Amino acid sequence: MNNGPWSLLIEFFNEIWMKIVTLKKVLTVSILLGLLLILVILLSITIGSVRVPPLRSIRILFQAVLGMKGVGSETERTIILSLRLPRAILAGLVGAGLSVAGATFQALLRNPLADPYILGVSSGAAVGAIIAILLGLGISSFGLPLASFSGALLTVLVVFYFGRQDGKIHPNTLLLAGVIIGSFLSALIMFFISVSQKEELHTIIFWLMGDFSFSNARAILIIFPYILLGVFLLYLRSRHLNLILSGEENAVQLGVDVERLKLVSYLLASLITAASVSVCGLIGFVGLIIPHSARLLLGPDHRLLIPSAALLGASFLIASDTFARTLLAPVELPVGVITAAFGGPFFMYLLKTRKVIKTL
Amino acid sequence: MIEVDSISFRYREDWVLQDVSFRVEKGEFIGVIGPNGSGKTTLLKILYRLLAPQKGEILFELVPIKKMARADIAKRIAVVAQETQLLFPFHVVETVLMGRSPYLGHLMFESEKDLDIVRKAMEWTNILPFSQRPMDELSGGERKRVFIARALAQEPEVILLDEPTANLDIHHQIDFLDLILTLNRERGLTIVMASHDMNIASEFCDRLILLQGGRIYKVGPPEEVITKENIESVYGCQVWIDQNPISGMPRISLLKRGVIKG
Repeated sequence: MNNGPWSLLIEFFNEIWMKIVTLKKVLTVSILLGLLLILVILLSITIGSVRVPPLRSIRILFQAVLGMKGVGSETERTIILSLRLPRAILAGLVGAGLSVAGATFQALLRNPLADPYILGVSSGAAVGAIIAILLGLGISSFGLPLASFSGALLTVLVVFYFGRQDGKIHPNTLLLAGVIIGSFLSALIMFFISVSQKEELHTIIFWLMGDFSFSNARAILIIFPYILLGVFLLYLRSRHLNLILSGEENAVQLGVDVERLKLVSYLLASLITAASVSVCGLIGFVGLIIPHSARLLLGPDHRLLIPSAALLGASFLIASDTFARTLLAPVELPVGVITAAFGGPFFMYLLKTRKVIKTL
Repeated sequence: MIEVDSISFRYREDWVLQDVSFRVEKGEFIGVIGPNGSGKTTLLKILYRLLAPQKGEILFELVPIKKMARADIAKRIAVVAQETQLLFPFHVVETVLMGRSPYLGHLMFESEKDLDIVRKAMEWTNILPFSQRPMDELSGGERKRVFIARALAQEPEVILLDEPTANLDIHHQIDFLDLILTLNRERGLTIVMASHDMNIASEFCDRLILLQGGRIYKVGPPEEVITKENIESVYGCQVWIDQNPISGMPRISLLKRGVIKG
């Protein structure tokens, strides 16, 4: 009786829900959240303004994965494989990237209100994008993401130039530099908006609210390496991010080269943010609420937090984008509207139901 | 074991420590005392290389600590600081496990051996009963014990304590200091403790370092350091010093202004 499969299963779950984070726990949670992500992707490709029966959509997807061509008309295959699937993958990558960047900024700045845009990276990306739009580069051109990525990177360099003192990063100085440069860039954004024409204005507003309707396979190829590599490299530092959460001196006492950790992690998180916003504009809320939700559900240990925030963030943004393009179909809403409308109340619910939250 | 060789340190303009030299022998319990701003905390921070002195150097078993890797310092010197931030609080057992960090290197997860060491450290400090509680639900005394357990999990040779008894009641002060004394006497751990409480320093430490304005005023056993002349000269106030009737160590009593004429 004691050695039956049932008791083994109970033992397994007891071990998983112990207070400490083990490889087994990380893998189990990742697999469960990975399954959720796959489910969300499948749902998102079957839903849309053009009706393709769900089972057929899924068969089209699997046959394409296996390199076959059987089911469905040409149009249906195009809708599933060239429109909905790339868009879901892009939303997933951006959701994962913003969530991990947000968790990292919260740890490095030891500030629960930090999000990926706190250092002004987003404003730099916006200025780049708006200049590209005003120069007449269309929303589906290669130039738009490139311009906004350059704007974001330039901003990162400027913020770090002003935010560092005698070779050291002081969180508050960096934060101040980021906020001030961000407001300066916001002034530029206002200026550009006020002088732009009506057609451009619509594109600019949608970009500022965050929108996946310009997504294409090329955009995925641009940001794929940055986000994946960035998240992986941050994950390697997750144990040290735990230590810096209790203060920089604390991390030094436990043998961490803190200045190096900060420099590399800030740059990685900024790079992920820059890559994300450059293809879809400023999608708010994801990078703030997903890290907090994951932390409330699974604890503050970054070895578990980073992969689960990435997977949750991906699922959340794909789901939000599916809503954005179907809620008022055929009119598409900017996805930022949905993330804020759903994310805000959900976060409030989490705050109310979890009794121990002294971080906000 | 630790040789501090004429170090001077300043944050910006003014020297916070000037030409400080002393030795810490293996297994000693050293107390660092002195008024506010005399450089006690700065000295401790220099000992584990959070700060680097502009002049002089520190040898740890004849090796300059500025040449040691960060993780190697953390394997040999553990620190229990005044307070740590508790944003997104971890549980007690997670906090103690962090003490294994310097040994993990590039590994992401602790091994069975690490867990064993941590379990023993928690037994020693008697914190197993609340090992699954979050840090922000503990009292000040319990939290101090958790950080001692974390320090023990580092398997260090030296423990640096910065004002360890500052916000503890006398019961918890004694509990804590007895624990430290046991570690010192039975395990041969070297202790360097900065403290404002001269009676505690006098009672527990083998030797005291009295700092004044960033310089060493006096080094020696408590009987030689805690004298009426030294304390009144360094702190600039009147005190009464007699002997603790039980232990025979110097004991300080504070006096109201003007109680003793002259």
